Amino acid sequence: MPDAFSARGLTKQYGSVQALAGVDVEVGEGELVGLLGPNGAGKSTLVKIGCGLVRASGGSAVVCGAKAGSREARAAMGYLAELFRFPGWCSADELLQLHQRLAGSAGGKAERTELLELVGLADARDRHVEDMSKGMQQRLGIAQALVGTPRMLFLDEPTSALDPAGRRTVRGLLEELRRRDVAVLLNSHLLSEVELVCDRVVIIHRGEVVAAGRPQELARPRGVEVDVDGETRHFPGAGRDEAAKIVADLVVGGHSVYGVRVLTSTLEEIYLEAVEGESS
Amino acid sequence: MFPIVLVLTAAFLGLYGFGIYKAWGSIEPLRQQTIGPSNVLIDEGILFSATLFGLSMFGTLFLATVLAIFFTHAVVRGDAERGLLQPLVVRPLGRGSVLAGRFAAGAVACSLYVAFVYVCAILITHAVTGWWPDRIVQPAIELAGAVIVLVALSLLGSVFLSAIANGIAVFMIFGAGLVAGLLGQIGEALNSDSLNQIATISSWVLPFEALYQDALNAITAETSGFTKAALSLGPFGGAQEAGIAFAPYVLGYLAVLAFLAAFGFARRDL
Repeated sequence: MPDAFSARGLTKQYGSVQALAGVDVEVGEGELVGLLGPNGAGKSTLVKIGCGLVRASGGSAVVCGAKAGSREARAAMGYLAELFRFPGWCSADELLQLHQRLAGSAGGKAERTELLELVGLADARDRHVEDMSKGMQQRLGIAQALVGTPRMLFLDEPTSALDPAGRRTVRGLLEELRRRDVAVLLNSHLLSEVELVCDRVVIIHRGEVVAAGRPQELARPRGVEVDVDGETRHFPGAGRDEAAKIVADLVVGGHSVYGVRVLTSTLEEIYLEAVEGESS
Repeated sequence: MFPIVLVLTAAFLGLYGFGIYKAWGSIEPLRQQTIGPSNVLIDEGILFSATLFGLSMFGTLFLATVLAIFFTHAVVRGDAERGLLQPLVVRPLGRGSVLAGRFAAGAVACSLYVAFVYVCAILITHAVTGWWPDRIVQPAIELAGAVIVLVALSLLGSVFLSAIANGIAVFMIFGAGLVAGLLGQIGEALNSDSLNQIATISSWVLPFEALYQDALNAITAETSGFTKAALSLGPFGGAQEAGIAFAPYVLGYLAVLAFLAAFGFARRDL
C-alpha cells in the first residue's frame, strides 16, 4: 500500500526566495506525523503543495498514490488551513452539508452528527458561523476537513485559536483518527502537543528537513540523576543501560537510594538544537 | 447586501417614475410640434419617452455593473487572501468548477436583476407616456449580455488583481467603455471618421459598450425620420448598431476570457 503522503526532493521557489530546497517526507497509512519548524521554514508551503494549493517548482508529491493536486488526491484528503474563513451566514450543519456535496460524500445527516460530536459542537449544530468564537470555528474547520472520510488529513496549526480545553478535545480527536487509521500531517508550533500525540516528527528549517524520526529516537541521553542520602547526584553521559549499575554501586558503597531518573532531551530541546544548530 | 440592493433599486425606480412624471407634465403642451421651414414632423412624445427610457437603461446598466463587480471582484485573489477559497478548491470539485460556478451565479443574478429593473422601467414609462419601445426583448438580452461581459472581465481580473485593485480596474474599464460610446455618438453627429474609428475599436475591445449601444438603438428600431435623427444626436440615442456578427463575437470573447481566467487560476498559488 502506498504512503498516505510522500514528498520526494520537493522544491519551491517564490521569486528569489527558496521556500523548500529538496524536502523528503513520508506519512504512512494511519500515521500521525508532526511538522515542526520556525516561522518561514516552509511548513505551510509543504502542506499546501500536498493539498494542491501551491505548485511545486521541483520534485514530486503524492497523496494516497495520486499526484498531489489531482482530483483523485483531493478526493482522498482533508485540509484545514492555518488562515481560513467560512461564510458567516451559514450554520455549522449547513457548512458541513455544503462540504459533503463538494466532496461527494453520501454520509448524510449521520456523518454530520458524528463529526459535530467528535469536535464537541453537537449543541452548536444550528448556530451561524458568525456567532461562533474563533475556537469553535477552528473545531468546525476540523469537522469540515473530516467530511467524506479522508485517508490523509493535512492540519495547518489546528489548535492556534483553542483554549486548553479545546486543545484537549483536538488531542482526543487526533487519537481517535489514529484508531480509525487516518493519516495526519500536523503542522503545529505547540511542541508539547506534538510530543503527546505524534508517532513521528519532522523538523524543517530554511526549506530543508533538519531532523526526522520518533521523538524517543531523536532524544539524546542527558545523564542519570539519583536521589541519595538527602542529595541528588548527577551522572552525565550515562543512559538507561548504565542506570542499574550506578544504583548497584551506590548501594554497595553504603548509600540509601530514594529515586532514579534517566534524563533525555525534550522535544523542545531537540527542536532548538536542530534549528539553532542549523542557524549557527 | 440584498436588502440594500432592493432598497436602492426601489429608490432608483421611484426617482425615475417621479422624474418622468414631472418632466412629461412640463413638455406635454409642446408635443407634436413642427419645426423648421420644411415642416419636418418631430414626435416629442417618442423623443421624450425614448430618451428618458434610454436614461433608465443607462441607470440599469450602471446598477447591474456595480452588482456584478461586488459579486465577482474578489472571487479568486480576494477570497484566497481572506481564506474563503482554500477549503473549496481542495475538494474534488476543482478550480475550474469553482470559477464556472461563480461566473454562472454572477451572470444569472445580474441578468435577472437587469430584466427586473428593465421591465419596471418600461412599465413606468408606459404608464406615464403611453409609449412602448419598438423592440422589448432584444434590448433586455443585450443589456444583460453587457453585464455578463463585465462579470467575465471582473472574474478574469480577480485571478490576477487584489480585490480592491480589481474593483477599481473594472469600474474604470466600464467608464472607459461609456466614454468611448459617447465619442461614437459625437462622431456620428459630427460625421467624424477618427472618432467613429475610436468608438468602433473600443466596441470590439470592450463589447459591453457595443451591446448597450445596440440595445439603445433597438428601442427605436422602427422609428424613422427626424425623430430618429434627433434621438441619435442625444446621449441615449444608440447611434451605433452592433450588426449581426456581433453576437458570435461576444460569445467568442467570453470564451477567451474564460480560457484566460481558467489558465491563470490553474497556475496561481493560493
